[in-house]
Order: sequence, then structure tokens, then C-alpha cells
Amino acid sequence: MELNKISVVVLSDKREQLQMAAMIASVGAVSGNEVLVFLSMNALRYFVKGADEKAPCEGPVGELMEQKNVPPFKILFEQAVTLGDAKIHPCSMAMDVLGIEQGGLEGYIGEPMGLTMFLDECKGGQVWSF
Amino acid sequence: MAEKKIIDARGSFCPGPLMELIAGIKMVEIGDEIEVLSTDKGSAAEIPQWLKKVGHEHLGSHEEAGVWHVNLKRTK
Repeated sequence: MELNKISVVVLSDKREQLQMAAMIASVGAVSGNEVLVFLSMNALRYFVKGADEKAPCEGPVGELMEQKNVPPFKILFEQAVTLGDAKIHPCSMAMDVLGIEQGGLEGYIGEPMGLTMFLDECKGGQVWSF
Repeated sequence: MAEKKIIDARGSFCPGPLMELIAGIKMVEIGDEIEVLSTDKGSAAEIPQWLKKVGHEHLGSHEEAGVWHVNLKRTK
């Protein structure tokens, strides 16, 4: 099986963007790819431990996903880690700006990562941005 | 060989059925068979592609009254 490196940059706080990012991360990871997710900007607050804020929809598909039994994006990100060994790291800059302490994020999120390391890690693979 | 395991993912949308299968496949032995039930047409197409990619055996799929039955064998 061919092993690819897939990096997913997640910046948006919109439901559709978060959903697609989570789908690529989870399906990519369980299909034997090496998946790295980098959470930053407005996306990061959803991953604060215990956060229950709902992501706003951009359009009708997001609203339909709310009504139907579409797996929540946070569950898919967690499954990417637990079932597919994906690595999810928060952006160290966003952690500082938001005042989030070490240990303040959901348990499946790794240590803060800076851009130098992220750019090095994603070298030579696919990079997706949401 | 153990009795075929049924994964009932009816009502779940993509990639829910696939993720339920992946969680379930870890619970069976190599050589065991699984049947995934899904009402999501996209997942019924996606699961055989995933099986081919990761190397498990797709034993066949059929649709019955709006429910797709995807049969497979864990091979590794």
C-alpha cells in the first residue's frame, strides 16, 4: 500500500470547512496515510477542553448536516487519531493569542507546534487548507 | 471462523459507516467476515474502495429496500 503524507491546515470556524477538513483527516488516516493536522486561527477554539460552541453554517448544506446524522467534526478528528494514528497539533501562536494553557485542549490534541516545524513536517506531501 | 459480525451503520452519513467499519474490524480476527449495513449510497461505494486500498477482501455488495449490504473478510 502506498503511504502518502497528508497535511491539513484548519483555520476556519465554519461548519462546512471544519467538516471537510475532518473528513479528509479521518479517511486519510484510516487509509494508511501519514496525516498531520495543524489547528490555528478561528478553528482552534472548538478544541478547547469542554468547548460546546456550535460552528456556524456557511450555507444550506451546513444546515442540512445539522439536521441529518452526519458525524460531528470533532468526533472525526478524534477518530483520525484513535483509529488512524493521525497527529493533530495546535498552532503555538494561536495558543498564545487565545491564552490557552498546556493541557487546555481536548486530550487527543498534541503539543503546540510552530510554523517552522510544521513547514518541515509537511514537506513533500499533500497540503490541504480549510 | 467466528460468526459474521454485523455493523449496523444505517442512518449515518459519510464517512460514518466507514469509520464504524474501521472501529469494528479491529475487534475481529483475521479471516472473520463482516457485513456493513448502510443507508448512505456514497458509503456503499466508498467502503469497497477502502478495502481495495488497505488490502481486505470485498466479498460483494447488494442493495435491499434502500439498505446496502457490504460484505468483507479481514485478511490481515
